[in-house]
Amino acid sequence: MSDHESTYVPKTGIEKWFDSRLPIIRFGADYMSLPTPKNLNYWWTFGGILALCLVIQIATGVILAMHYVPNTELAFASVERIMRDVNGGDLIRYTHANGASMFFIAVYLHMLRGLYYGSYKAPREMIWIIGCVIFFLMIATAFLGYVLPWGQMSFWGAEVITNLIGAVPVVGEPILIWLRGGPAIDNATLNRFFSLHYLLPFVIAGCVVLHLWALHHAGQNNPVGILIPKDRQKKDTVPFHPYFTVKDGFAIILFLIMFAWFVFFMPNALGHADNYIPANALQTPAHIVPEWYMLPFYAILRAIPDKFGGVVAMFAAIGVLFVLPWLDTSKVRSMRYRPTMRTFFIIFVLVGMGLGWCGAQLPDAQVVPGMPSFTLFDGQLNSYLWLTRLLTAYYFLFFLVLMPLVGLRETPRPIPATISEPVLPTVDDPLGAGSSEQKG
Amino acid sequence: MTLETSMRSMKKTLVLIAVAAGLAVSAQPALAEGGAKHPRSGGFSFEGPFGTFDQGQLQRGYKVYREVCASCHGMDLMYFRTLAEPGGPFYDPHQENPAANRFVKVLAAEAQVPDIDSETGEAIMRDGVPADRFPNPYPNATAAAAGNGGAMPPDLSVMAKARHDGANYIYSLLAGYRAPPAGLKVGPGQYYNPYMAGDLSSYWEGDAHHVPVGGFIAMPPPLQNGQVTYDDGAAETVDQYSKDVAAFIAWASDPKQVQRKQSGLGVMIFLFLFAGVTYLSYRRIWKGVAH
Repeated sequence: MSDHESTYVPKTGIEKWFDSRLPIIRFGADYMSLPTPKNLNYWWTFGGILALCLVIQIATGVILAMHYVPNTELAFASVERIMRDVNGGDLIRYTHANGASMFFIAVYLHMLRGLYYGSYKAPREMIWIIGCVIFFLMIATAFLGYVLPWGQMSFWGAEVITNLIGAVPVVGEPILIWLRGGPAIDNATLNRFFSLHYLLPFVIAGCVVLHLWALHHAGQNNPVGILIPKDRQKKDTVPFHPYFTVKDGFAIILFLIMFAWFVFFMPNALGHADNYIPANALQTPAHIVPEWYMLPFYAILRAIPDKFGGVVAMFAAIGVLFVLPWLDTSKVRSMRYRPTMRTFFIIFVLVGMGLGWCGAQLPDAQVVPGMPSFTLFDGQLNSYLWLTRLLTAYYFLFFLVLMPLVGLRETPRPIPATISEPVLPTVDDPLGAGSSEQKG
Repeated sequence: MTLETSMRSMKKTLVLIAVAAGLAVSAQPALAEGGAKHPRSGGFSFEGPFGTFDQGQLQRGYKVYREVCASCHGMDLMYFRTLAEPGGPFYDPHQENPAANRFVKVLAAEAQVPDIDSETGEAIMRDGVPADRFPNPYPNATAAAAGNGGAMPPDLSVMAKARHDGANYIYSLLAGYRAPPAGLKVGPGQYYNPYMAGDLSSYWEGDAHHVPVGGFIAMPPPLQNGQVTYDDGAAETVDQYSKDVAAFIAWASDPKQVQRKQSGLGVMIFLFLFAGVTYLSYRRIWKGVAH
């Protein structure tokens, strides 16, 4: 798709004028006519949904910043004032707050799609890696933003997370003070978090440009997972517009229905009630928990008995994604044709949800209430501590052991030669020979 | 892609979204409750996507707040004018400007507000106006704590959002005071309430497997039957007072909620129509393309 030839012909005078100076109209036109695999399913719509999420967050965020006051004495009341006295302020603020959750729902589905269909494999490694950078920036941005309303969870979340940096040997302590702007979380912390929260979304936007550039250079993956041969381009692809603008558009509207449902009818359902209590440095909440989208990583953090070890494990859980293209040894992209790996993938998804569940529980609480158990090392076996450890082990096992091993040992199912023939080629089908290239 | 497979993959997408959202929602209650009794339902009129506030109830709730709660609890985020906004307890459809609302002007004038004399610069007290905040019973947080045995009465401006299941919780807590079960040691200045979060195991002398639910609260039972006079015929009982003041606090915590829900219905109708039209366009555009 990289060699997609421009079919744009400037017609009017102004188009010609631009085309010889800054061919921006041609750029847009080429983008719209990009040949796109025609078998993309609805899992491919989350890219467009995510672009919309970013635009919504930036647009609402810029307006919120006009009214928000980054001062520890005034921040909480200024957020409430936005919702009470600014025209449409309640909608803007609730859209922004729920928008973060929607953004993460979409990004997790987008990443799982990439994982399932092998979208990270050659020649698309850079698309995946930039995507991982975006995901990491999203987590950072969401964390910084959650601190700004200066409620109890804002403050204590910031306390817990910045403290993690302090666990790093030697350099941890100076970095901690530098990050907080002082020995404790205070006005200086809030001010720099606000500044960074405004900055990072634009860094994300820059990364999105790179993400799309890499995508359009390497070409889109598809559910069958094969590269479309040059001579099949005409048959197997359709122009992006109108075929995928309408399909993405439909998916976006369905997504907006869910989004709007939260914003209009249950705007605080995804947040924690404690964050409507103004921050109080002298009163620790009973349970400090992050927002739902960080719970799996929070669970991994708490699973490791050593503080620094926990920090390493938490960052490794994200870091391992960066090297995924080299951990997967399979020649076949799509898990449609990898039944063994597909089973492990489904378990992985359940484990990820399980980790999220564990992250919201007290580590000492019993998983099965009343079931007798025994103490294993530092905790009861029937506790969320050990369930979290079990799930954490699978999380890493999936990437570090199953990915390399299964790829080498499995026998994939036969792969169709072209995306137009999802039916399995018969043995004497001459086109079937073309698929051998995909087999390990 | 045939219609069947596209619908199937779409259904899968929706199921996954629902699961993700469900997981997020269900993760919350376990965090907020501790050992407290699950709040009773106040049967409030404002619940659900179509619910609206009962203006009479909001007026009664304000009266309970003003005559009982306000002697200890501030509502620093509330302005008198807010009472006259659309959906508020004293909204008057004939007077759209909240600052000119005749009821609110009178209510505000009952308060004495600290100010600076614009001629002399001296500190003075003057009658309140709709643009003023609700007066706080204490000059500062330290004074509030000192006046209440060290436990500062929390601000009630957003209380319904600051507790899980806000309005039902406030109602249950206020109407739910009980005599402590025999065997429970209640310290001085503490009161037992089954709806208060807490862990009573270290104060319990009975069977260790049957520790009573609930916790201790520093607020004595604030309401008594007949304490506040209602002039609309509503029952003058603790249960009714609790419901009314819970409704008032739920409104004050999010005064725009009913208007937001009403615009939400319009938004939903629009989005469903838009989705339908877009789906038909999708079917038409992809007609004849095997995929």
